[in-house]
Amino acid sequence: MSAEPIILAQDLTKHYRVALKEESLLATLRHFLLRQYRTVKAVEGVSFQIARGEVVGFLGPNGAGKTTTLKMLTGLIHPTRGKAVVAGHIPWRREKAFLKKITLVMGNKQQLIWDLPALDTFRLNAAIYDIPEGEFRKRVSELSEMLSLTNKLHQPVRKLSLGERMKAELLAALLHRPEVLFLDEPTLGLDVNAQVAVREFIREYNRRYGATVLLTSHYMADIAALAERVLVIHQGRLLYDGPLAGLLERFAPYREVGLTLAYPLPREAFLAFGEVRDLEGLKARLLVPRERLTERVAEILKSLPVEDLEVREPPLEEVIAKVFQSPKEAV
Amino acid sequence: MRKAGTLLSVYLAYMLEYRAELFLWALAGALPLILLGVWTEAARGGEFPLSPGEFARYFLMVFLVRQATVVWVVWEFERDVVEGRLSFRLLRPLDPFFDHLAAHTAERLARLPFVVLLTLLFFALFPEARFLPEPGAFLLGLGLTVLAFLLRYTMQYTTALLTFWTERATSVEEVFFLLYLFLSGTIAPLEVFPEPLKSLALLTPFPYLVYLPAALLAGQEVALFPGLWIMLLWGVGFLLLSRLLWRLGLRRYSGQGA
Repeated sequence: MSAEPIILAQDLTKHYRVALKEESLLATLRHFLLRQYRTVKAVEGVSFQIARGEVVGFLGPNGAGKTTTLKMLTGLIHPTRGKAVVAGHIPWRREKAFLKKITLVMGNKQQLIWDLPALDTFRLNAAIYDIPEGEFRKRVSELSEMLSLTNKLHQPVRKLSLGERMKAELLAALLHRPEVLFLDEPTLGLDVNAQVAVREFIREYNRRYGATVLLTSHYMADIAALAERVLVIHQGRLLYDGPLAGLLERFAPYREVGLTLAYPLPREAFLAFGEVRDLEGLKARLLVPRERLTERVAEILKSLPVEDLEVREPPLEEVIAKVFQSPKEAV
Repeated sequence: MRKAGTLLSVYLAYMLEYRAELFLWALAGALPLILLGVWTEAARGGEFPLSPGEFARYFLMVFLVRQATVVWVVWEFERDVVEGRLSFRLLRPLDPFFDHLAAHTAERLARLPFVVLLTLLFFALFPEARFLPEPGAFLLGLGLTVLAFLLRYTMQYTTALLTFWTERATSVEEVFFLLYLFLSGTIAPLEVFPEPLKSLALLTPFPYLVYLPAALLAGQEVALFPGLWIMLLWGVGFLLLSRLLWRLGLRRYSGQGA
């Protein structure tokens, strides 16, 4: 890690006040006259540092506080408490110099002008971000090549496929060559090919321009492919900050044993060996504690009609789900 | 300059995508042309400060001024806030005030051919409206039309900022629109107002949005002062108020969760 972090969050906290209302005419009247509020703790004392050029995955279930944290770091919302410095600026002051250094891409929102070719939105952004004409052309051709989007720039955005649209969104968001990329679900709803393309692009962009990336995604494959380091947030609190591999060590003290059987067996037949995750016909999937693995595998081979046996790391999705079921295991 | 040029050219392309809608919008603004028929007929029979020809010219100019000063920023702004698109605008190093202003200006250019077409059509239908304007007053009228557009835009932008508090700023705008309809001279020129009402109306910003520029363009005898000062005073007032609301509103928006 270099001396000066490009993203610094210290004790970042965001509480909202939400008006409460019950369903009934009386309650509606009472609500109208005398509102009652409840405080929602969206983010609670989150601290981390990210060095220039790092790609960090941000994991958490819906409503965990990921987007709220991203919005604080991009200056869209004021924290209730705490400090943040991004690329040398306090985000919520929204200075022009700061806005030119960052970008936020949200998979569920778009900035492209729907009825015009994407190139028109790019021209607009180039003007807004003071990018000279020559430089603008250079960047568009470079980025559209990286995204294999070259021949789509003159079509109205509404005629593009979802994947092409996301690529064009990325291009529009990166035209001013930001130093820090905040990507909120950039692959949301894309098919597998488009997901891979977007992922490859983000990796290449990071490599080529040394940009820092903080990325949230529901697709574990995105995180696994891009981020060496992950932040895990749950109910507004940071549960884990460290390498992806360490997350498996800490939260998945078990291995997955995949079996192919000679003939089907009832579920009860496996209970002695581990937790049954899946049982369908001749295929079974068991979770076995890491420290008992050798012994259990030997027992399985001895007592079950095994045709094939395979030991794997459990899928990341399941590990994450386990983390979120047991927030007390916090780091 | 380049920024303004690009904004205009992109928004012009955008507006031209809606040619058919633009034509319908221009047509929907034809209320003054209907009133033109009503008032010229009335003027033929009764005692009015304006002749049928003057009425016809006035309402034609009302039509043109209104076409040049159409503003819809409150609807756009409300939608941005409700749908969460304001965040994108806030992430750009450009105040949305100017972004929307550029879109409105570009729309004027895209609308122009339809307006010219409708004007020619009505010259054919109402020959008494035809006239050769006096260049000095006409140019002054054009300048005032630009000011009227800026005033109307700033007023509506100020209303739009109420979205930060109510999410129904358009309802407030509709109340304003009623006042606008009666006091701006859209329904009747201020000459036919009873004197106390006319004096009162001239203290509000509304007559400067339509009446003053239209009357000048139509070649009527109107006093430019103190009207112009009142207009500028309202303009500066709304501009300052909108800056204040923007600052307070952003604080509220970012406090609540964008």
